Amino acid sequence: MIAHLVRSMLQGALVILTVGLIAFSMFRFVGDPVATLAGQEATDADRAELTERLGLNDPFPVQFARFLGHAAQGDFGISYRQARPVADLLAERLPATLELAVLSALFAFVFGVVFGVYAAINRRGVVANAIMVVSLIGVSLPTFLIGIGLIYLFAVTLGWLPSFGRGDVVRIGWWTTGLLTESGRKSLVLPVLTLGFFQLTLIMRLVRAEMLETLRAEYVRFARARGLPERRILFRHALRNTMIPVITIVGLQLGSVIAFAIVTESVFQWPGLGALFVNAVQFVDIPVMAAYLMFVAFVFAVVNFMTDLVYVTIDPRLKS
Amino acid sequence: MIHHPMKSGGVSHRSVIHMRHGRFALALSAALLLATVAADARPLKWARSGDSLTLDPHAQNEGPTHALAHHFYEPLIHRDFQGKEVAALAVSWKITDDPAIWEFKLRPNVKFHNGNAFDADDVVFSLDRARQPTSDMKGAITSIESVTKVDPLTVLIKTRGPNPLLPNTLTDIFIMDKEWSETNKVQKPQDFKNKEENFAVRNANGTGAFQLVSREPDVKTVMKRNDSYWGIGQFPMQITELTYIPIKADATRLAALLSGEVDFVQDVPVQDIERLRGQQNLRVNVGPENRSIFFGMDVASADLKTDNVEGKNPFADKRVRQAMNMALNRQAIQRVAMRGQSLPAGMIAPSFVNGWSKELDAFPAGDVNAARKLLADAGYPNGFSITLHCPNDRYVNDEAICQAAVGMWGQIGVKVNLVSQSKSIHFPLIQKVPPETEFYMLGWGVPTFDSEYVFSFLYHSRADKYGSWNATRYANADADKMIESLSSEVDKAKRDATIAKLWTLFKEEVIYLPVHHQTLAYGMKSGFDIPVDVANQPKMKYVSFKTN
Repeated sequence: MIAHLVRSMLQGALVILTVGLIAFSMFRFVGDPVATLAGQEATDADRAELTERLGLNDPFPVQFARFLGHAAQGDFGISYRQARPVADLLAERLPATLELAVLSALFAFVFGVVFGVYAAINRRGVVANAIMVVSLIGVSLPTFLIGIGLIYLFAVTLGWLPSFGRGDVVRIGWWTTGLLTESGRKSLVLPVLTLGFFQLTLIMRLVRAEMLETLRAEYVRFARARGLPERRILFRHALRNTMIPVITIVGLQLGSVIAFAIVTESVFQWPGLGALFVNAVQFVDIPVMAAYLMFVAFVFAVVNFMTDLVYVTIDPRLKS
Repeated sequence: MIHHPMKSGGVSHRSVIHMRHGRFALALSAALLLATVAADARPLKWARSGDSLTLDPHAQNEGPTHALAHHFYEPLIHRDFQGKEVAALAVSWKITDDPAIWEFKLRPNVKFHNGNAFDADDVVFSLDRARQPTSDMKGAITSIESVTKVDPLTVLIKTRGPNPLLPNTLTDIFIMDKEWSETNKVQKPQDFKNKEENFAVRNANGTGAFQLVSREPDVKTVMKRNDSYWGIGQFPMQITELTYIPIKADATRLAALLSGEVDFVQDVPVQDIERLRGQQNLRVNVGPENRSIFFGMDVASADLKTDNVEGKNPFADKRVRQAMNMALNRQAIQRVAMRGQSLPAGMIAPSFVNGWSKELDAFPAGDVNAARKLLADAGYPNGFSITLHCPNDRYVNDEAICQAAVGMWGQIGVKVNLVSQSKSIHFPLIQKVPPETEFYMLGWGVPTFDSEYVFSFLYHSRADKYGSWNATRYANADADKMIESLSSEVDKAKRDATIAKLWTLFKEEVIYLPVHHQTLAYGMKSGFDIPVDVANQPKMKYVSFKTN
């Protein structure tokens, strides 16, 4: 088991390095940061001098090695766009993204499992079929359309919820949370719904399919034959066996929810990492882009590792 | 709680009248006082697509950054909504007997937000700081050689040769407090090589009409009225709390205005103007911006790489450029690509720039037959093909303009391959030496409000500090000399004559194909009436509420 986990960790490290390498080789196609950084009165000499000062004249392997060297010491450089240390920026934006991602994953997981199980048990029910149809819409509508639609309904027309931002946040150490204020909680509703909707649909359909599969298994029929109560069969035996593939998906999705909340964050002006990255790309803010992409790779590596750990606890066969 | 000195005076007067009614009067006057304070607490929530990049006033030479900085910091001279120069920290300025030395008299009794007094030392310090290698403002004031203090309220600025335009270049050069800067070790703007954050990036101590309360980059910047501002009584100063909120997505920004969460949106997309006008409680103000959009061509190279003509450069023939100019139907572009929101143009300078004239801004009507004939005369009866580079995230509907123009040139047989890309890829094509584009779109604003700025960057041949945005390869030694003379010619009449002569020459030569002057649309609640600022830097001290 230990060997299994060590292997998983090594794989993660390799993934992070590879992502960094690919990201770095792509930056020159994003554009020239000097073009956005130097004012319009800058002379050719000024621009050349700035390019030199930013170290952009060095060959790509040198730039990458320098980045890795500094990153290993926790130094990700200074953002071109905001003139602040990138590590500070990431730390400042992380709580917003994590809060949003975890809440929407939780929302998607709870409702996804509940609806999924319900739809599996009452396969021919009217409500179950209605849920399935709505979920189809959830998969097919792009996230930004859902977001804009929710904004126009709940913010503009009804005036119940704010259309942008995080509201008032409370600072606890370096962490900030919107959960402790009313405006913060209100601000979370629409982004969480928007970000979680697709995941919810996915989980629900997965749970339903797996559950139907399991309910046809021999041991369920045997349990029924033994006269076990239906509730016990469904939730103790069938659901538990359904969860292994579901947890894999939820784990991987959590990674992508954290990493790619970009669209939702842009629509709601949510001050998270995704919005930071979008701005960085437009400004060709290489230090921020590099650090963000490494961070995303790191998140996936960690999530993958944790999923492995959870397997071991859920499936006793892996313990040996 | 802050209240207007004049209004609180009115309240105390009333409370005196009621005083003889004893306790009741006291309660009433207290209630009145509260009511006045409440009515006086007038917030403005101001949304724009992008945030200011930094509060350091010399670190970025960029529109939104300056727009916010104008609220904390002040230059010696600033511009009002119409672009007119207004005395700010300087009260008067003149050229001394030595034409290369300007004398600035400074405003007395001005205090920085931290209480420090403003004087000549701060001006000398700030102008030196703005010329540091890490300052992005250094390019705007290259003509300054030295700045010296004469007495606490007088400074002399020595320029490299006479510079009649010096005041025009100072309108975005902000004055910082020397003592504060030294205490916080921000004598220089941020160097990207340093690991530490410069204190001035998120803190501000200026003399401006608003004081910084809090700053969260990309989230919001909160300011309150500076009640010891020197300009109280001179400007309306009715906003007591100003919140600047960047909202990037167009739909969300408009939703925030429609839902009443913000009061003022500085950038309304052209396609939404009519919809906002349909709302009863909203107002949209439209006006010209200090920015002109145009196409540039390589008019000098012997051969072009991206065309299909062997061994020749079609753009080198003036008749071809005239044909391209004639085929460009500016009114159609205004109607189709801009939904009516632009001013079709014949020169690269809007009406408030010195040197503009109605005749020069005239443009040929779109005439396909005449254009075809010119092309045939030039030896291209069947046209030719060429690649056009266009930005897609810089100017209002930039890509749509290019698409429309491509169709128009197609009508005269010039097959244009359009390459639209992000500004960070597009601009280096123009800036590289030699340029890597032969046909391109560009927009140009004139911060000095004088034609010299346009000539120096767009028409002068590429050399050292001149022509850095001229990718046309146009080089005319006589014109270069005339352009250079403008920066030191003190005789206004003579200078204006040279400007007119240059514009006529460049228009005759068809070096560029001007398309239009950009317009701006501001959306706001109908309780406000904020006019469009020609530099797109609305200064909120000018804003007053409409009384209902």
